[in-house]
Amino acid sequence: MFDWKWEFVWEILPRLVQATGNTLIAAGAGYGIALVLGLVLAIAQRTPYRLLTFVVRELVEFIRSTPLLLQIFFVFYVGPQFGLRLSPWMSGMIAIGLHYSCYLSEVYRGGLDSVPRGQWEAATALNMTVVQKYRRIIIPQAIVPAVPGFGNYLVGIFKDTPMLSVIGVAELIHTANAIGSEHYRFLEPYTLVGLIFLAISLPAAGMIKVFENFVRRRMGMK
Amino acid sequence: MSLFEFVMQYWPRLLVGTGMTVAQFFLAAILGIVISLAMGLLKLAPSRPMRAFAITYIEIFRGTSLLVQLYWIFFVLPLFGFSIDKFTAGYLAVGMNIGAYGAELVRGGILSVPKGQWEAALAINMTPAQRMRRIILPQALVNMLPPWGNLMIELLKGTALVSLISVADLMFETKQINGSTFLSAQAFGAALIIYYVLARFMVTPFMRWLERYMARKMGRA
Amino acid sequence: MEDMSGYPLELTGENIPMVSFKKVRKSYGSLTVLDDLDLDVNAGEMVSIIGPSGSGKTTVLRMLMTLETINSGVIYVDGKPLTHMPGKGGKLVPASARHLHERRADIGMCFQHFNLFPHMTALENCMEGPVQVLGLSKAEARDRSEELLELVGMIGKKDQHPSRLSGGQQQRVAIARALAMRPKVMLFDEVTSALDPEVIGEVTNVIRKLVSEHNLTMLMVTHQMGFARDISDRVCFFYDGKIEEQGPPADLFGKPQRERTQQFLSAVREAI
Repeated sequence: MFDWKWEFVWEILPRLVQATGNTLIAAGAGYGIALVLGLVLAIAQRTPYRLLTFVVRELVEFIRSTPLLLQIFFVFYVGPQFGLRLSPWMSGMIAIGLHYSCYLSEVYRGGLDSVPRGQWEAATALNMTVVQKYRRIIIPQAIVPAVPGFGNYLVGIFKDTPMLSVIGVAELIHTANAIGSEHYRFLEPYTLVGLIFLAISLPAAGMIKVFENFVRRRMGMK
Repeated sequence: MSLFEFVMQYWPRLLVGTGMTVAQFFLAAILGIVISLAMGLLKLAPSRPMRAFAITYIEIFRGTSLLVQLYWIFFVLPLFGFSIDKFTAGYLAVGMNIGAYGAELVRGGILSVPKGQWEAALAINMTPAQRMRRIILPQALVNMLPPWGNLMIELLKGTALVSLISVADLMFETKQINGSTFLSAQAFGAALIIYYVLARFMVTPFMRWLERYMARKMGRA
Repeated sequence: MEDMSGYPLELTGENIPMVSFKKVRKSYGSLTVLDDLDLDVNAGEMVSIIGPSGSGKTTVLRMLMTLETINSGVIYVDGKPLTHMPGKGGKLVPASARHLHERRADIGMCFQHFNLFPHMTALENCMEGPVQVLGLSKAEARDRSEELLELVGMIGKKDQHPSRLSGGQQQRVAIARALAMRPKVMLFDEVTSALDPEVIGEVTNVIRKLVSEHNLTMLMVTHQMGFARDISDRVCFFYDGKIEEQGPPADLFGKPQRERTQQFLSAVREAI
């Protein structure tokens, strides 16, 4: 490839590796928030309280239908207007965690719905409380069919972290932008960032499959 | 300033931005659909190099971020002598990205058509192209439309990224207004509502209508 | 609101039935599934329920297990109301979740499709209720469960997950799981209907053993006429949401009085 400078690659690689670490931390933290909040949103939609169900359903729909980029700006800029100043990292994690919790709530819902009615009835026949039913019987079974969905959104959240660059989170794209404007060279940094994303998300798909089989075996299901 | 007052004052710029977003959406959608069909079919092609090409395309565009692709197309491609204006770079990146996801839907839709349909088409001596065009694709289309509805929403959301290469879409205008007025809640709030209205009351109802229309046409309703 | 003044807060006197349905009605919209059902089952009695599909026989068991709510009437178990509880003014009011939880402990159920928990082994399935619901120690629950798995002949497969067991084996584990809760009343809902013909015997033999060796009160919905005739103290023939005819099996199968019973039994015999 013409004009590709290997020495420049070696020069900037350490910074990009460090930024990769930040990207992974951002994805991991955002995913952690989404996992917890997503379960809450999913169970809230299964309660008998019509109003709660309706409000949560519409909220999920709203957040899923609007751009994450806009939500990141919203969280970052609107807080200070009301005297609440959040760091870029903090606002980024809130925005991305909230956004993906809506997707994950759908995965949870799909998993919960896939557990046959007979399982609920058998748990009732054993006189379990609602909490015991969810914790001991339903959620363990809901996880198996949900693993691919969880995996895909983990990769998804990782690929969406570049949007955090717009509020100054020093992840991969932010770092590549900085390198580009310092050296007036964009070929190597952007190409390397692309390759780093590929190098992480391609094996991830295979790992999700392996993990799914592992969970399935752990649960004694074929 | 209330949201209403804000919209009354800034509606011309919001409208122009929305127009740009809609334009980007349509161009990217057309490109995305064409690429989806081409790559979906290529991935099922009997020839190994053709399949390899489709797989490479799909994995590259699904394995990296839309933002990375957009920057690469806009900042790096010119170094190879392909200078692209920002408007074109915008829908090109979004469309090529969505095309990779759509290709998997096309492939899945085709595979969902029962084997008996292929055999029946063969039994009346259709050529492979006829079988695909007349028998398989129409049925595949009906099967894959529901996930296409979600993909179109993702596409609409994806167009917001073109603001980062200064295409003056809704996201871009909103940021500009915010930068000069500091009315963040009103500016970003109004934009969120506009995107929501586009998604929930235009894209989704259209896709639902298309699903019903196709199903009726196929005699399934 | 239904007038509850006609229903006692508790059944009193000698020989109170273990299960008592009083004017129980169940409907889905305009479809009436059970119409003013009155049915008593005495302690230690084995009652079989037969009848054409759609006659409401499974609903009887599901109401008793509180899987279905009732529209009117009251169900008593061991003299105390199940579907209701004493409220203000000495009248019954619909049961709270807490009351249901308390009273449900008397009842156990086996299902047509077993409904074993797929993520637990046979032994874990049996221990789950005793440990989580009854609060037994793991050791106690294990002893109790292994004893019951022995009883149903499944001790050799105690560490297998349900996916590795045949239908007959799964149903036997399900029986052990229900018994591990030490219910006073056991419900069997078409427990052989989903089984291959050659394994039906291993499940019916377990139920036979329970009838002869244990003093449980049992209600069974079944399509196995011969089995019902062999082991029941009483057979109820359901038709169109009502008990059309009931009596000792020899009478009901031998000389049915009602025309619908005769028609049903001859249709069943022809099918064999």
